Amino acid sequence: MKGFVAIYRKELSDHFSSYRFLILFALIAMVSLITAYLAGMNMAKALEGRVKPSTVFLSLFTAAGAGFSLVQFVTFFGPLLGLLLGFDAINRERNEGTLSKLLSQPIYRDAVINAKFSAAVTMIALMLAAIILVITGLGMLVLGVVPDAEAMGRLVVYFVISVVYIALWLAVAILLSILMRSVATSALASLALWIFFSFFVSIGANAVANSLTADAPPDDPAAIVKRARIENALSVLSPMVLYTNATATIVDPTRKTTRSVIQVGMMEQLSMARYSGPLPLDQSLLVVLPNIVFLICLTVICFAASYLVFMRQEIRSL
Amino acid sequence: MAQEPIIEAVQLTKVYNGHTAVDHLDLTVYGGEIFGFLGPNGAGKTTTLLMMLGLTEPTGGTVRVMGLDPARHPLEVKASIGYLQENMGFYRDLTGRQSLAYIAELNGLERKIAQERIQEALEAVGITAAADKKVVTYSRGMRQRLGIAEVLIKKPRIAFLDEPTLGLDPEATNRMIELIKDLCRRHEMTVVLSSHFLNQIQKICQRVGIMIEGKLVAQGPIEQLAREKLGVGDRTYTLEEIYMQYFQEH
Repeated sequence: MKGFVAIYRKELSDHFSSYRFLILFALIAMVSLITAYLAGMNMAKALEGRVKPSTVFLSLFTAAGAGFSLVQFVTFFGPLLGLLLGFDAINRERNEGTLSKLLSQPIYRDAVINAKFSAAVTMIALMLAAIILVITGLGMLVLGVVPDAEAMGRLVVYFVISVVYIALWLAVAILLSILMRSVATSALASLALWIFFSFFVSIGANAVANSLTADAPPDDPAAIVKRARIENALSVLSPMVLYTNATATIVDPTRKTTRSVIQVGMMEQLSMARYSGPLPLDQSLLVVLPNIVFLICLTVICFAASYLVFMRQEIRSL
Repeated sequence: MAQEPIIEAVQLTKVYNGHTAVDHLDLTVYGGEIFGFLGPNGAGKTTTLLMMLGLTEPTGGTVRVMGLDPARHPLEVKASIGYLQENMGFYRDLTGRQSLAYIAELNGLERKIAQERIQEALEAVGITAAADKKVVTYSRGMRQRLGIAEVLIKKPRIAFLDEPTLGLDPEATNRMIELIKDLCRRHEMTVVLSSHFLNQIQKICQRVGIMIEGKLVAQGPIEQLAREKLGVGDRTYTLEEIYMQYFQEH
């Protein structure tokens, strides 16, 4: 890995000194702090005078503080962080003429893309870790509940999945920055992809499922289940759905499935069993393992694609 | 002067999307010389240099740099060639000294050696005073000199200088030419110099190659080309006359 360390260090210091990063970090830190604080205050009020179970701690991340919960915030805006760190990774250097200078030094070509990806992933991890830790501290202060090992383990798993999820969008952005010459085009294209896969895929899945089961009577239980199945199967194309599913049982130990209410058995719905007897972490993990694996695969595929394209690109066009 | 070939290209060919950029090129550069690489824009000079650097793979033919195939030993070849590209880019937010330090780090130089070489290179090109200013504030000439300094800290055996005097004022041009001459003499560096300023080439190059539409139409010492093309023995001639002669024939 000749040259990797040098490029990695330079990329990191570039990120740290860029206004883009500072603004982004300030924004994310502010939103997550306010959300967690409001959620914590609400919970503290609601649970006043009662014994708080240790699972309450995780609710800091899932309860809506100011209209949305922290987990939802990361689901929606985490990808933006990845896109912003990667959309000009390669084409900016190409446009400024520094890429061919870099490559004419005695380094392997893949060191450039590996180092850029790693540096951005490091930034993402640092940012997320900082936010999770600050909220943990804030939670202890506001709620007076100390997270146990189980809760900490869940947060670690949540952290890892989130980094993979954001890194997926980072890989997409880097791929576009290799394919497209203009920085503005790659920025817009990555935004467009993000919007399409995050929002339109689930709307599309719904429309397809509805049209496929259109001739069944509306109260036919078989048709309802079929519709929900089709919708779920298609929604898996959306990283946002994947991520939501993957983290669902992780941050909420009382959740035992990622399936929608329709597919949950009748007795289970009625029995309130959902809220009693939280799952241990390994069981929670098992439930969402397919989602996690699929998310990791998507990220690896996206990065591999940008790696291959970059390695094969003619230098003349650089 | 050592007369050992340091770069040898045999039937070197590069085809881009059906367009032949370099067409069966035979070229030899000898160790320690300043070789003038001439030709109109788009003649394929830069592509040839990129193939010699191992940044582009040839479609056909072979090239050897110090006996090595750049496509198979890219790191060794790139470590011993300093390349000043045309319109070289810089990281604007770094200072001149930081830019050099980055290049040194990429070349795997130890910090202490790197610092010495950076100081040396800054002094050699005469931008020590501006070394700690950001590159974005540099004038065209200063950037060009920083580019040369980036070549120098590698202490390369070969330097490819693509239009090193483009956009410089006459005085800076002269200083650049003197600098190149001096470097070649003191560091025993082989220089491949590509330029459109033929009188500069004539001043410092021992041998030249003329490339037109992907083909090398002439190669050799300037006097020899003059004798062959212009048929002059001792009449004064300029490289420009020779060049135009070749150019009109194609």
